[in-house]
Amino acid sequence: MPSSSRPAVTEPRTDGAPAAGPATAAESSEPRHVKRGGTIWSRRPTAVRRAILLVGLLVLWQAYITLRDVSPLVFAAPLDVAEALVDGIRDGRLIDASVVTLRVLGIGMLIGMAVAAILTTLATWTRIGQDILVLLTSMLNPLPAIAILPLAILWFGLNQTALVFVIANAVTWPIAINVSMGFRTVPATIMMVGRNLGLRGVRMVRDVLAPAALPHTITGLKTGWAFGWRTIIAAELVFGVAGSGGGLGFFINDARFFLRIPEVFAGLVTIALIGIALESVFNLIERRTVIKWGMKSVEAQD
Amino acid sequence: MNDAPHGAATEALLLTVDHVELGYPVDGELSIAVGDASFDIRKGEKMMLLGPSGCGKSTILKAIAGFMKPSRGTITVAGRTKLEPGPDRAVVFQEFDQLFPWRTVLDNVAYPLRVTGTDKEQATEQARRFVEMMGLSHVTDRYPHQLSGGMKQRVAIARAFALDPLMLLMDEPFGALDAQTRSRLQKELNDIAERTPVTLLFVTHSIQEALVLGDRITLLSHPPSTVLEVVDVTEIHDPDTEEFIHMRRHLRELLADEGEDVDHAVFE
Repeated sequence: MPSSSRPAVTEPRTDGAPAAGPATAAESSEPRHVKRGGTIWSRRPTAVRRAILLVGLLVLWQAYITLRDVSPLVFAAPLDVAEALVDGIRDGRLIDASVVTLRVLGIGMLIGMAVAAILTTLATWTRIGQDILVLLTSMLNPLPAIAILPLAILWFGLNQTALVFVIANAVTWPIAINVSMGFRTVPATIMMVGRNLGLRGVRMVRDVLAPAALPHTITGLKTGWAFGWRTIIAAELVFGVAGSGGGLGFFINDARFFLRIPEVFAGLVTIALIGIALESVFNLIERRTVIKWGMKSVEAQD
Repeated sequence: MNDAPHGAATEALLLTVDHVELGYPVDGELSIAVGDASFDIRKGEKMMLLGPSGCGKSTILKAIAGFMKPSRGTITVAGRTKLEPGPDRAVVFQEFDQLFPWRTVLDNVAYPLRVTGTDKEQATEQARRFVEMMGLSHVTDRYPHQLSGGMKQRVAIARAFALDPLMLLMDEPFGALDAQTRSRLQKELNDIAERTPVTLLFVTHSIQEALVLGDRITLLSHPPSTVLEVVDVTEIHDPDTEEFIHMRRHLRELLADEGEDVDHAVFE
């Protein structure tokens, strides 16, 4: 939880010298790159270090397969994977599969967010609402979301609705827990300031509570999304084709069935890449908001 | 300060606190913080509410701000006795987190003005004026977390003054600052109050602070507190004068006596 542990009153910082004091305090918001002596390695930028490692791994992978003559039915070489990836994108199959998966995830998340919003609202305003939320989250959050897939199939049949239901269930609880925690830990002083300005009802929520709870809300969305993403892929692997076309999980399973091993890898790479992309969108949102406002430290960003 | 017109007997009373009792519910019973408090504030006056810690001075301020209701007695602000929280009684708190972290310094001052119906352009202009008055021109676009404690309190003071409230309520705003910053902000508060006439209720437990800032001082006893004395200190602001030292000794003795009495009562 990003900011719940922050004390209600920040430690008293003193002004220091009138000219230099406040100015230096403000400069600290800029990311400072501490010049550690370090090795040549540790002085490279993070992106460069990671790129070198990635290329190294790929070279090792390719070398292993070329030199040891591994059966292409077991393990695909990076170059073959790259080719399968390009082909999959070019003929649209990978794109279609990604769209199917992301669509189910998106619908599931929207439903999950709506349910979480209702539960959180009830939990914030009423005692019984809070009890219900605590009870439901403590029961359903530890349950791996994929475990209710058989029930979902039983209730909704072999269709997308079952998947959406599973995803909605996966994302609702982490979002609800975090948002309600965010609302309950809004500093008392900031609430009093809001009331002092005569803010009430919707405006109080929009202008004070919601922004004050934003660090928790983003954390909830990040966690919820990550849960949902893992669950949808797992569900698709079990589920196979749904409706008109299959998602990424189906793509992988299908490729395995027809022994198109490079495609299996291409599917995995796609899942990882989409994951990284969505994760960085959330990180960007955090940097533009709660980190910029000092409500969450850069170090706390996961 | 010295030209404050409170000497005129005809000056209107802006606030009347009349036999007010205030308490907090503890285990279903009312724990009385303020037993019986009565005092008043004239328009344009700077009233200091002075007393030992825990004597309920902040509680009285909260009641005037409309955050809680007296269990007995009445509080009248400009003829009104039904007091809901409102920007006509702008509050400056002690806590540094009273600023909105997601708004810049300028926006922290301008936003309340927009809430009270000022259009955006005018709100920004007025906010800029008070931000400048508090010596914050160089930090208008910064966020609160980039400021020191003293700067944050300056922003909060600018925000309260910009609202042009009926009266300003300050709840130990300098209580968490170091001595040096504290005395600088006291001076700045005096300066801005001189340029922007205001009716002020200032809660403090520092005798020095009360004397430096106040026109009058209402001295509260230990809880359940009553008003021990209301003293006029309009002419007593310079710490180097005989009167100041004399008055400070007088107030200190009153507070010390009070402490002993209460201890005695507790042991009986």
